[in-house]
Amino acid sequence: MKWLALIIVLLFGALLLYAEEDLPRYGDPEAPANLHVSPYYIEKSLEETDTPNIVTAVLADYRGYDTFGETTVIFTAGVVCILLLMKEKPDDN
Amino acid sequence: MITRYRNIIVDLVCRVISPFILLFGLYVVIFGHYSPGGGFQGGTIIAAGVILLRLSLGKQQTSKKFPPKLAPILGAIGLLIYGGTGLAALLSGGMYLDYAHLPIPGISVAEKRYLGILFVEIGVALGVFGVLVSIFDSLTGERQ
Repeated sequence: MKWLALIIVLLFGALLLYAEEDLPRYGDPEAPANLHVSPYYIEKSLEETDTPNIVTAVLADYRGYDTFGETTVIFTAGVVCILLLMKEKPDDN
Repeated sequence: MITRYRNIIVDLVCRVISPFILLFGLYVVIFGHYSPGGGFQGGTIIAAGVILLRLSLGKQQTSKKFPPKLAPILGAIGLLIYGGTGLAALLSGGMYLDYAHLPIPGISVAEKRYLGILFVEIGVALGVFGVLVSIFDSLTGERQ
């Protein structure tokens, strides 16, 4: 059983290495990830949002829903911590 | 102090340093438009300042300065500021979180989006600050 698991892991690693050939090079300007919306953000974010920091403009403006979700997740985590760790009052029946 | 004996060096250094930590946190929040930073990072730094005071001076003293009950309320207010900014844009004719439609008269669209980002960052900072402080308080057994 142990050998079977090892063989499966090795085969999967070989598959990943084989697929890695087709990935774009790191930092390639022609990669699909760099051709979709990134040029628009880089060219237009200062003009549209008056914000020199592109990261802030993308985080809070273009991707506002995502950040709202993140903040909600953090707040939910805090509320759950309070609910789980809160000490009850000693005279509380 | 959490250790058994009060240590005057630790006390003094924490007292001197913590206002600067709080100020730097505010700087990181406000200057998120121009430099690395923003709501998450700044809120964490401000929370670190309060938690440093809690650790060094003890709970009795710092609970008067910043009551533990206030932290979750501030977190909720931060989330409401974020949602309210989006809702204000929605109610004045745009899409949700579309800051170009914020009801602020007299400024251009780019400046409206600038201000929208600022409101949202402040909301995120308040949320993260309140949540981190309230997690610390509940971990150290502060009664809510």
